[in-house]
Amino acid sequence: MLDGDPHTIVENEFVKPGKGQAFTRTKVRNLKTGRTVERTFKSGESVEGADVMDTEMQYLYSDGEMWHFMDPKSFEQLAADKTAIGDSHLYLKEEDMCEVTLFNGQPLAVAPPNFVEMAIKQTDPGLKGDTATGGTKPAYLDTGAVVKVPLFVEEGEVIKIDTRNGEYVSRVKS
Amino acid sequence: MRHQAWYPGASLDVLRKAALLRKLIRQYMDTEGVLEVVTPALSAAAATDPNIHSFQVGNTYLHTSPEFPMKRLLAAYGVDIYQIASVFRDGEAGRNHNAEFSLLEWYRVGMDHHALMNDVSTLLKQLVTEFGKPWQHPVQIRYTDAVSAVCEKPFGDIHVDDIERVFSQHDRSYPSAIGNDVDAALDLLVDEFVVSGFADSGITFLIDYPASQAALARITQDASGLAIAERFEVFWGKLELANGFHELTDANEQRLRFEHDLEIRQQRETVLVPVDENLLDAMSAGLPDCAGVALGLDRVLLALSDATHIDEVIAFTGSRA
Repeated sequence: MLDGDPHTIVENEFVKPGKGQAFTRTKVRNLKTGRTVERTFKSGESVEGADVMDTEMQYLYSDGEMWHFMDPKSFEQLAADKTAIGDSHLYLKEEDMCEVTLFNGQPLAVAPPNFVEMAIKQTDPGLKGDTATGGTKPAYLDTGAVVKVPLFVEEGEVIKIDTRNGEYVSRVKS
Repeated sequence: MRHQAWYPGASLDVLRKAALLRKLIRQYMDTEGVLEVVTPALSAAAATDPNIHSFQVGNTYLHTSPEFPMKRLLAAYGVDIYQIASVFRDGEAGRNHNAEFSLLEWYRVGMDHHALMNDVSTLLKQLVTEFGKPWQHPVQIRYTDAVSAVCEKPFGDIHVDDIERVFSQHDRSYPSAIGNDVDAALDLLVDEFVVSGFADSGITFLIDYPASQAALARITQDASGLAIAERFEVFWGKLELANGFHELTDANEQRLRFEHDLEIRQQRETVLVPVDENLLDAMSAGLPDCAGVALGLDRVLLALSDATHIDEVIAFTGSRA
């Protein structure tokens, strides 16, 4: 815990001149804001531990305000708010397994699966014979996500998306 | 294979470089008439320096440097001596640190720290040249001047809050746990703002340390009347290689410094260690005027082999030993 927020240590460097005192230079990422900062500690300093853990949970549904998940082993249900969900709501499909970061037992962040398959709700039709690559057009998904797709991809088709960068990967044969 | 715990961290090429390094050092010392000695790694006494932590083995301590018994040899025989020793410092582990490491330590009778710096420079030049690297004449930087420039204040006027202000001005993290410990603040300041400015491809001698960081060096006054230590450190780029002194020979002064160290240990609730009475007796009997230096050989290898982590220059480091 640093300044009231849970952090994770991204990098650390041991600093100690031969006859001098020891320090640790770290890069820490704030798990609430996602920002990474540098922080130097004097050896021997104590820091409060943060009760943070990652766990797999199944996405159930959303009521618009909260997104509901279930632990597949205990059947315990937890709700994540808008801040915790962040952008991942764009790629959530009911019953998908997601990685949920819990802080003090409550959802802090949600990561959808790396790849999801979703149907295109609306996109302009491609021109006949437009199989040449290069051009892209926006495709709108049910969740509100907008994905750049090749011109030959049609409305109603299911596409595979890389959730880490929001990019089109391929069409999915049904 | 390479990533399994049993496999060495140092490549065969590095091991050959390490052997060559030791051979070149022995050749140099031989030419200079410096005698190789071996002194015990175990002692009933330990270094009192509050920033160095000795491993305890039963009722004895593993040495953190061969300094104390080597000074006893100097007091007895008065000849130039050197040693390549494995030394042990608890709580030191990182890209440039391993609890067990190799130190080349040598003493030249009749030299002061300036003469010894020339000696170090001559040895390093030979090593660098034999390893096929370009040699640039070392640069000398005064600790007090460098810190004074960073803080924009005469060294003698600098307090902890001046140092904290420098960090804040440069948007650098400063541990408040430093409190009023000006030496701790200086250690971090020097690392972050002085050493960080050393040329990557050159050798820098950092000289004229403040008297508060004299350890076992003589104390003198600089031109402005500021008390400074007759001490120097050697850096290869930003990497600390060696520490040297014009050795203190006054046994009473040495005892006072050891007792001061123990007071600091007590304040910090660091374990107390037995003072080396044999060393103090040797100094009372008479330590010749001499200068001594300890050079980290693993660090030298890091520099000469272009390795970036000490794991690559030591056969087995840390928990893989």
